[in-house]
Amino acid sequence: MADPDRPLVEIRNLSFSRGTRKIFDGVDIDIRRGSVTAIMGPSGTGKTTLLRLIGGQLRPSTGSIRVDGQEVPKLSRGELYRLRKRMGMLFQNGALLTHINAYENVAFPLREHTDLPEPIIRDLVLMKLQAVGLRGARELMPSELSGGMSRRVALARAIALDPMMILYDEPFTGQDPISMGVIVRLIRLLNDALGLTSVVVSHDVPETASIADYIYLLSDGKVVAQGSPEELQRSDSQWAQQFLQALPDGPVPFHYPAPDFREDLLAGREAHGRKGAA
Amino acid sequence: MVELLRSLGRFALGFFERLGRATLLLLNIVRGLHELVPRPRLVVQELYSVGVLSLLIIVVSGLFVGMVLALQGYNTLVDFGAEQSLGVVVAMSLVRELGPVVTALLFAGRAGSALTAEIGLMKATEQLSAMEMMAVDPIRRVLGPRFSAGVISMPLLAAIFSAVGVIGGYFVGVGLLGVDQGSFWSQMQSKVDLYDDIVNGVVKSLVFGIVATWIAVFEGYDAVPTSEGVSRATTRTVVHTALAVLALDFVLTALMFGEH
Repeated sequence: MADPDRPLVEIRNLSFSRGTRKIFDGVDIDIRRGSVTAIMGPSGTGKTTLLRLIGGQLRPSTGSIRVDGQEVPKLSRGELYRLRKRMGMLFQNGALLTHINAYENVAFPLREHTDLPEPIIRDLVLMKLQAVGLRGARELMPSELSGGMSRRVALARAIALDPMMILYDEPFTGQDPISMGVIVRLIRLLNDALGLTSVVVSHDVPETASIADYIYLLSDGKVVAQGSPEELQRSDSQWAQQFLQALPDGPVPFHYPAPDFREDLLAGREAHGRKGAA
Repeated sequence: MVELLRSLGRFALGFFERLGRATLLLLNIVRGLHELVPRPRLVVQELYSVGVLSLLIIVVSGLFVGMVLALQGYNTLVDFGAEQSLGVVVAMSLVRELGPVVTALLFAGRAGSALTAEIGLMKATEQLSAMEMMAVDPIRRVLGPRFSAGVISMPLLAAIFSAVGVIGGYFVGVGLLGVDQGSFWSQMQSKVDLYDDIVNGVVKSLVFGIVATWIAVFEGYDAVPTSEGVSRATTRTVVHTALAVLALDFVLTALMFGEH
């Protein structure tokens, strides 16, 4: 049994590459039990990849990822699947199964992993849907749900097996203010009411900062700042300030790397001149 | 020249790499098939979408192919005064060749493309990833039932195609061209052999069923998860299945009937 005082997720010296591109280079992250931990950073910094590494869908090049004391990259398929039954993941677009309705989507993990009789499955599904406020939408097909509703049904599905941890992949992207407010509230509420541990990957600063207990800021494959939302607001890290205040220029430059602007302009003029002379 | 050799090498390496991945996937599917035994509903659902929904195109095509066979066969046979053997010609052509082959080609266009598109879109919309994260293996839960349904459906569809084709041949031969009804059926009955013709035809369609469904589920599972990727994968399913079926048909025919 894992030590309850140790972090639920311990990532040490994690490196991961896609082809020649290094996504992570020596990342250390701890996710405390019972907390809402946010992983933030500009687009393309590998935040979603980090969730897939924690869930064992990808294997790191080097480093260690321990979840509840188990070294994820070294688990056999059976062990990994047993661990995943204790994790929920909310995908960016919900990833509901499109050929079955909301009720059946929430019932899916229960039917796959338990032999519960139908009346109990019904009660459980209705309880989970009630928790996300969509008990009345149980007959709707995924194509009839709005983006926010899809995510809430997917959230009900993610908590169907009463997991120890939920991984949220960009839960606020593309939401109207009301849906966003609902999801923000639900993440915190479910975390505290069900005694979960939540990992929220996002680049929506105010929403994430309002519910997170601890924030890791990622950029260029490294953790560039970390702390509670208040600590980061007070931090003198240029990274933290640029990201949290949405400044267009700073350690993340406004300009994509390019040759000198003057030389670039002159090069075009010279080439045109040569063509004219010829 | 060097560039040509290089691209040939790249093509060959790419081909064998894909073949390897496809073979591993097939092994994974087959390894998980026993899990479907206590859950036959999963296969029955897929039998409906893969098999039952293909029935219309199979029946209509079979009818027309049988009618054309009777017309063409009659025109040739009548020159030799052998038009009473029309039933044998129609039945042999259908059971040995056209039944399994045309059914497989129609299957690729109707059910194979649908399987690839469905699995490819499930991948593109992260439904397969979501299943993995719910500790449900998509190879066993999604691909396995579809593969089984394809393999079971194909021989049945080919049998229906041949049967309807014979009826089409009967309408044209007996009803339209005046071939004797007794000769049509009795010659067919005496000449068509259970093992040489019917069993060999069933074996062919079983092999085509395995290959066509394997290609369809692999292309869907291996598709680049974008709309363009899924569309390319769907096209590849139809083209590769058609080529594989025609090539395998030659090999199987040579093995089954080559020595006669």
